[in-house]
Amino acid sequence: MSSQTITIAAVYESLAHVMDPEIPVLSVVELGMITGVTLDTAAVHIKMIPTFAACPAVGYIQHNIKTVLENELGIAVNVEVDKQEHWHSNRMTAAAREKLEAFGIAPPKVLTGEVSTEIMMEVPCPHCGSGQTYLRSPFGSTLCRAIHFCKACGQVFEQFKPLE
Amino acid sequence: MINSAALTDLIIKMADDELIQGHRNSEWTGLGPVMEEDIAFSSMAQDKIGHAWALYRILYEDLGGRHPDAFAFLRPEKEFKSSHLVEMPNGEYDFSLMRHFLFDQAEAIRYESLQDSSYEPLRLLSKKVKGELKYHTLHANAWIMQLSQAGEESYNRMQQALNYAFALAAGIFEPSQEYEEVLIADKVYPGEKVLYQRWLDRVYPVLVKASLNLPEISDIVPVYGGRQGIHTPYLQPLLKEMSEVFNLDTEASW
Repeated sequence: MSSQTITIAAVYESLAHVMDPEIPVLSVVELGMITGVTLDTAAVHIKMIPTFAACPAVGYIQHNIKTVLENELGIAVNVEVDKQEHWHSNRMTAAAREKLEAFGIAPPKVLTGEVSTEIMMEVPCPHCGSGQTYLRSPFGSTLCRAIHFCKACGQVFEQFKPLE
Repeated sequence: MINSAALTDLIIKMADDELIQGHRNSEWTGLGPVMEEDIAFSSMAQDKIGHAWALYRILYEDLGGRHPDAFAFLRPEKEFKSSHLVEMPNGEYDFSLMRHFLFDQAEAIRYESLQDSSYEPLRLLSKKVKGELKYHTLHANAWIMQLSQAGEESYNRMQQALNYAFALAAGIFEPSQEYEEVLIADKVYPGEKVLYQRWLDRVYPVLVKASLNLPEISDIVPVYGGRQGIHTPYLQPLLKEMSEVFNLDTEASW
């Protein structure tokens, strides 16, 4: 395929095949990490943002995007971090929230303003749906997750943190 | 045109505080009193060092500074501008938590003030960091409350930790002798004096809720010196340990 026949839509379709290394059910598009796609005759240019500033997987994700797209589209791919945009949890698509929940991770609540203590602490259980939960720790197995406990089903669960 | 020497000075002191506090946080990895706390301090270490890296990156890309790794690991002690608060050894958990509370509230205030900065790279970064810091202050506030209400010994230790840490924490707000006025005039940030006042207003209600007694503010003599390159005896050994692997081969590609 030459660049003349590649469309922006085809690039996004290909990006949907690049999964997040820490949450393998979500693609970089569903997570809202892609901020821009442009095409020129020689290459595709992707702009992306990490969920958390100190995310150690950024380099790995950039590499994955480049490898998958070059392989599927047959054109050179540049991936750079977009400094004008910052990630917030409302960037995550509705489909992504559902997939997260099915994966056993409570999705971030859709924010209408700033993140309050209540929003950080009141999280329904992704396993049984109960609201009888409490925050065990705002830090979990990765920077983007918190640990909660459900008193109704007696299980520890993780939450993808809401971020403004 | 904003004064770049003044910007460089401000960014170095912010970044060095993040790096050194991040390293201290990482010293709890594997030693936390409960699993969640081990993970919390390790995660906060990662955040802090990531924020330091982003700040060093601004120096490197926009202000003609050195590469972040070289700048972090190869600088002599006297060129660091970290505050004495972050240099102190972790000590026991009471001090570590109290420092975490006082430091992260100060960070939150500082990054909030940068939302309006005239300097774009700091303004953009601050929007990102501000949201992330909410989890640090949530964690800190929760533990200050918890341990201040956990019996006499626990309460006394938290009060002692506060008495000890307060003047050190006030030292975070050491104004630059050379650049303070120009940074304020250029609307980069509101200046240390304003941030100090906002910080007092922010920590006070939490401490009152925890029934801890704030030391008499007028008696506080902030521990200054760090911003001028005068450090505690604890910084040099920390720098040596932190850069040990890097110095095995400074040209290595990781």
